[in-house]
Amino acid sequence: MADAMADIALTLPPSRLLAGLKRGGARLWVGAALVAVLVLVAAFAPVLAPHDPLEQDLMSAQLPPAWMQGGDHAYLLGTDSLGRCVLSRLIYSARIAVAVALIAATLAALIGVALGLFAGSFGGWVDQLISRLIDVWMAFPPVLLSIVLAAVIGAGLTSVIAAIVVVDWTRFARVVRAETMVQLTRDYAAAARVIGLSRAKLLRLEVLPNLVPLLVTLLAVEMGIAILVEVILSFVGISVAGDTPTWGSMIAEGRQIVYQAPWIMALPIVCIISSVIGLNLLGDGLRLALDPVQRS
Amino acid sequence: MNATLTVEGLKVAIGAANVLRGVSLEVQPGEVRGLVGESGAGKSMLGRAVLGLLPANATITSGQIAFEGRDLLAMTETERRGLLGRRIALIPQDPMTSLNPVKRIGAQIGNLLRHHLGLPKRAALTRAAELLTEVAIREPERVLALYPHEISGGMRQRVLIAMAFACDPALVIADEPTTALDVTVQRQVLQLVERLRLRHGSAILFVTHDLGVVAKICRSMSVLHAGRVLEEGETADVLVRPRHAYTRALLAATPRADRPADALRPVPPALIEQLWSEAHRLDRAGEARPA
Repeated sequence: MADAMADIALTLPPSRLLAGLKRGGARLWVGAALVAVLVLVAAFAPVLAPHDPLEQDLMSAQLPPAWMQGGDHAYLLGTDSLGRCVLSRLIYSARIAVAVALIAATLAALIGVALGLFAGSFGGWVDQLISRLIDVWMAFPPVLLSIVLAAVIGAGLTSVIAAIVVVDWTRFARVVRAETMVQLTRDYAAAARVIGLSRAKLLRLEVLPNLVPLLVTLLAVEMGIAILVEVILSFVGISVAGDTPTWGSMIAEGRQIVYQAPWIMALPIVCIISSVIGLNLLGDGLRLALDPVQRS
Repeated sequence: MNATLTVEGLKVAIGAANVLRGVSLEVQPGEVRGLVGESGAGKSMLGRAVLGLLPANATITSGQIAFEGRDLLAMTETERRGLLGRRIALIPQDPMTSLNPVKRIGAQIGNLLRHHLGLPKRAALTRAAELLTEVAIREPERVLALYPHEISGGMRQRVLIAMAFACDPALVIADEPTTALDVTVQRQVLQLVERLRLRHGSAILFVTHDLGVVAKICRSMSVLHAGRVLEEGETADVLVRPRHAYTRALLAATPRADRPADALRPVPPALIEQLWSEAHRLDRAGEARPA
């Protein structure tokens, strides 16, 4: 899938690429900007963070943000109840969020797309088997399934990612299966079969490129969902190791002192919301920009 | 010398309904054979059976299809795929939907050439440009970089024709290739098909409901109704001295420039009725015979 995407994106002559970007509109730009900030912050966390996110200073615990009364300019967004720099913790938390979003969403997409293509193109008992599997899977409360999984495999980044992948592949499989079936009934697919393409080639060369705009949107939405699931898991304390800062664990800590220091809980929520909105907007904008049929 | 295509006693059923009731026809090398019939006569179904593209619920109950003496129905999937696109090609009915909407023209022709002739990417594109020149597309290099929705219907049809003839096929099945085009473009497309056929030495099975089109380019023709061949022969013979009542009725129903429009006669309902009851009698006779 990444192949097909690169193929479409990279072979666009500059004028058409520009036209595509223009069609993506404000959504594309705002989304891209938000996501770019998130990724850059994660990548350059050690450079950007003013303090060590784990360094405690009990003398200056629960300081408000610098612009509020009693704020300290050394701690721009204040400190938490252990005197750790909130800004630095937010910045380092972005690393976990980005890692989970990228890896979990990509793996879920790979598995889901593969199974969806299988089900959609073979039909018959293969389709029955995969579709029923999806039905059963989706009947499970997803967050509960994640929690159980993370609890069983044990905490850590790998198990968070595994939990998300295991739950969310169905999202891709369902949509890809349906869309593959639709695409295969199109005349161009029949024409491609008459050219003598094998099933695998037909799917890879003809059907998959038609799914790209859809997959881009799904992938972006899924990344947002992955971030949210990680937040939930770390909120209940079964995500990555306890001392690693994550937005979820910051919310959990801030919740206990929400009346004394509301910013500690509010700030990570702002980060989460802007990341997820950014991803959704980016996915939407890219779908418009990438779909050649809408080009005119 | 083997006939290019031999269909013998082909019966196809969709569920309990018979679609083809024992069709036989031959296409000789280099011949253009018209396959004429009203909609529902089974003419497209025959083309699809040859290409192995029958709908999933259709079954071939009896009969044979041979291509250059080789039994198409007994072939493995892989063997048949090797023939499709290279030795047997299709000009599809609807040029608007038969090209992949998200792939450039160059990628689509290029893929075909790379798949069957093993050409490297660059050479495939060069060859694709030559093929487009053959079908009278100007500025082929520019067109190769375009998407299907960026060119006109007539142009798409020419791209599809170029693709059909790209590998010098022995047989091209043209499935009503002019139906979706307006009349002015139709003529050009027919001339083009004729020119390419001569250059590439292919035989054509031309599926159509338009007797005018048959008269223009087919040397021989078969008239199909309710899945049966009612009449066949040289086009000139059949059109001038039709032997079957249905062929005569079809001719009377075809508008012509040298006759007033009110001379047009619809095919008489009684005749249609009679033909269908014949067909159903055939079906019952088939069922009565022990399998």
